[in-house]
Amino acid sequence: MAESPARPEGSQRAELTDRQHLGRIGLIWIVLSLIGMVLVYFVWGPHLPPGTDSKQATNQQFDNRVLATIAVPVFLFIWVYIGYVLANWRVKANTPVSELVDGPPIRGHMGFQATWLAVTTLTVLTLFVFGTAELVTGDGSGTGSGQSPIWTPAGYSADAAKSKLLVVQVIGQQWRWTFRYPQFGGIETAQMVIPAGQEVQFSVTSLDVIHSFWAVGLGVKADANPGVNNIAFGEALKNGSFDIRCAELCGLWHGAMFTTGRVVSRADFNTWITAESVTDVQLIPYLPPYADIYLPQADGGYYDPGQDPLPNPPGPTPNPSPSVIP
Amino acid sequence: MATDTTATAAVDQGGNAKPPDRAGERPWWRGTNVVLGLVGALVGYAVGHWLGNWIASDYQQVQGMGQNDHALVLGYVFATVGWLAGIGALNYPIQKLFGYLPSTEEEGEHAGRPKLRAYFSYTLDHKVVGVQYLVAMLVYFFVAGLFAMAIRTELLSPTRHLLPPGKYLEVVGEHGTMMMMMMTSVIIGPFGNYLVPLMIGARRMAYPRLEALSFWLTPAAFVVLLSGIVVGGFPTGWTGYAPLSIEATEGQDAYLVAFGLMAISMIVGGFNLIATTVNYRAPGMTWTRLPLFVWGTLLTAMLMVLAAPVLVAGTYMSLMDRTAQTALFDVNHGGSSFLWENLFWFFGHPEVYILALPGFGIALEILPVFARKPAFGYRTAVAGMVGVGMLSFFVWQHHLFVSGMNPDMRPVVMLTTELISIPTGIIYLAAVGTLWRARLRLTVPVLFILGMLFNFLIGGISGVFLSDVPTDAVAHGSFFVMAHFHYTIMGGLIFTFFGGIYYWLPKMTGHQLDQRLGRIHFWTLFVFFNSTFLPLFAIGELGMPRRVFEYQQSLQTLNMWVSISAYLILLSMLVFVFNFVKSTLIDPRKEPVLNPWGSRGMEWMTSTPPTDYNFEHVPTVLSGPYDYGTGSGAMAVIGATAPTAGLSDQPQPTKEVT
Repeated sequence: MAESPARPEGSQRAELTDRQHLGRIGLIWIVLSLIGMVLVYFVWGPHLPPGTDSKQATNQQFDNRVLATIAVPVFLFIWVYIGYVLANWRVKANTPVSELVDGPPIRGHMGFQATWLAVTTLTVLTLFVFGTAELVTGDGSGTGSGQSPIWTPAGYSADAAKSKLLVVQVIGQQWRWTFRYPQFGGIETAQMVIPAGQEVQFSVTSLDVIHSFWAVGLGVKADANPGVNNIAFGEALKNGSFDIRCAELCGLWHGAMFTTGRVVSRADFNTWITAESVTDVQLIPYLPPYADIYLPQADGGYYDPGQDPLPNPPGPTPNPSPSVIP
Repeated sequence: MATDTTATAAVDQGGNAKPPDRAGERPWWRGTNVVLGLVGALVGYAVGHWLGNWIASDYQQVQGMGQNDHALVLGYVFATVGWLAGIGALNYPIQKLFGYLPSTEEEGEHAGRPKLRAYFSYTLDHKVVGVQYLVAMLVYFFVAGLFAMAIRTELLSPTRHLLPPGKYLEVVGEHGTMMMMMMTSVIIGPFGNYLVPLMIGARRMAYPRLEALSFWLTPAAFVVLLSGIVVGGFPTGWTGYAPLSIEATEGQDAYLVAFGLMAISMIVGGFNLIATTVNYRAPGMTWTRLPLFVWGTLLTAMLMVLAAPVLVAGTYMSLMDRTAQTALFDVNHGGSSFLWENLFWFFGHPEVYILALPGFGIALEILPVFARKPAFGYRTAVAGMVGVGMLSFFVWQHHLFVSGMNPDMRPVVMLTTELISIPTGIIYLAAVGTLWRARLRLTVPVLFILGMLFNFLIGGISGVFLSDVPTDAVAHGSFFVMAHFHYTIMGGLIFTFFGGIYYWLPKMTGHQLDQRLGRIHFWTLFVFFNSTFLPLFAIGELGMPRRVFEYQQSLQTLNMWVSISAYLILLSMLVFVFNFVKSTLIDPRKEPVLNPWGSRGMEWMTSTPPTDYNFEHVPTVLSGPYDYGTGSGAMAVIGATAPTAGLSDQPQPTKEVT
């Protein structure tokens, strides 16, 4: 770094040149960084949230790993540097003002400043390119992408009837989640069950205030806005269960607005949805017809059959469309 | 480069003669003061409440809600006006308005050493306002901190509850709102107002009445916000998202009015600081000699002036939705739930830098003093602060990454957000360079600055995880976010705030805080701060959303750890309170310390505490504030005959080491 010509008399490490100091810091930094990066990526990385239970979660975990690995040398540079300063360039804290000796008057160093700027700029642009690539190739990476997403999995269609994906409508309301399956007669259930290995198109909306649908293990998060159809994609990879929480403050029972979703085999899913359709027979006539969004009726209700003649068939559609779930 | 001459000409010609103390001519109950302000507030509230009930009595009956937002909002507004009238804020403008010669009664408080009463009055002396701000901010900070203790107590267990869910949200909202809205002025208020004129060689502020107004609005905002608890609190947290805010009960009005008042306080205070810094610099105080702290406050003031009006608009629209039955945020009648999110974060993200920039300023101001070196890369550092300030207006949509709004623009917002790392990195570059071959005295202020560099690094890098959409998918709306902004704001801003107190309190009061207790305060705060907020990153990533009172059983151990650490932060703060009270009130030094740190800064060149109008004469600045070891003489000359040398805009020719 700077070749400071006039060495202050009190300097205890006057024997080292700038280059030597920089070399020592650099050596400690590089060694620690390499160890840290290997540990973070290979040892800690596979255990990072949100796990590998879904395609999206795997994608996000990879992002977390890469970002955490890049963060290691950044942290370590500042910490090693400050540690080095404290170890080498300290004087007594209570030195009387009259005995203070000034340090070298270094106002700047063009090379160092330019290097710093270049390195930070390059890092930032790398992060940007990496993040964008992950977002685009990950089909929105499990995030709510609005009502007309442009990065979509094959078979997606905005029209639930035409979509080759399994469409699950997630309806946030104070203070619970309900789920509708438009490809199965629009039945509404209190529990979410999805088959493993099947890309699901979550259409998230709200009946009242802003909620946020967070399927923790699936790595899916999408705000539920009233009057907005917010689409996110998720594909569970293994059978099991996952937490569903509300991640946006929605009033009194926000903290209790959680449920558990289940991931099952395709056969089990078909069994479940058939059984649900049968139990929903009583409910279906009172549900509004399936729609992307639901606006309240003039008298304040959503489910008033008197105000809103139902085009729904009076019974359920017990046979699931075979094109979706073979 | 205009300096203040008109207001003080009489004083100068009379050889430091003091203007007559007109306030002393009549008994206290005839003048305007705090007591009259309280009376005005109560009367104003009664009038406004009556008016609201009168206007909207039919509406109230129709809805059968048993509450009337019109009455409460008008009550708050009239109470604020009554408070300001009682405290004397309206005397001058009203007298001017009606063509009278204004009685500059407030000016009387300017004479000589401020009396105790001046601290409870509408006082125009920026040094009094600074101390008022300091004490008030500490009060606001500790009150808001106590709410945090209640939150952590509730979160000790996932299933057993200390607070009912509604109360819990009230407490969360009060803590968040109080911290985020009052702490916007935590450095700008005390140190900006007290030190900027001293640092630029001005004898007073450009708009002292706006400055006093900006302070006296803060207690009004504070009380209005607290009163929200009385009327049932607000369920929205500090972000106040519509439509939840529209359907909420009366307490929401307290949030909206208080935030609006604080925004007005930011705007008027910001204008004063901008005008003062631009116009009131002493001869020779060129832009490249301006202390970095003043750069920080100047840019912060600009952010305040540009961002806070949007908040005023937002709170006003939200109040209209709640009272006048507009439907700006109601999707069923043409409104949008995204509108508030956009308005709020268009203010809210610059606000984050309103909080951070003065902290950067303090860090870069204090480091050269204790490193005994010039600030490294001064111009680059200024460029970095300007860059942070400008970019902060282009990133707000990262708060809406999963909202479904503008999904295809996310890469752009990702880019702008990550670009902020570059100017922020420059701040670190300046700190790193200043510490190179330093002769570092590890005093308490430096400890706090190093602590800030440590904490803010964690805060900044966790911010990268939030700016990257795939990782944000996990972290968004979880405790990870909460840990992130506590690292930047508490770990950054509050650490530098305490550093500033330890550093400048000797200047403001003449009393140095006990250094041993200061070290205990720092180390306990640093350790317990990190042990509180570091686990919260993990808690968030593992699936605990913000503002919930129930969480997974598996997270209880971590949450208990966090809660216990949070209590220990409270203990650490008590050490500070004890130190503050002991060193200033109980056991103050008899002789005021003049320049305990051996700083070159111009604020240390006047007497301690500074005389009336700061300097005997307008100083002439001869060199930069950080010219340690360059052989420059004193930074400024304060004399009747101003030297002409060194007045050019060029910095002193000192060797640029390459």
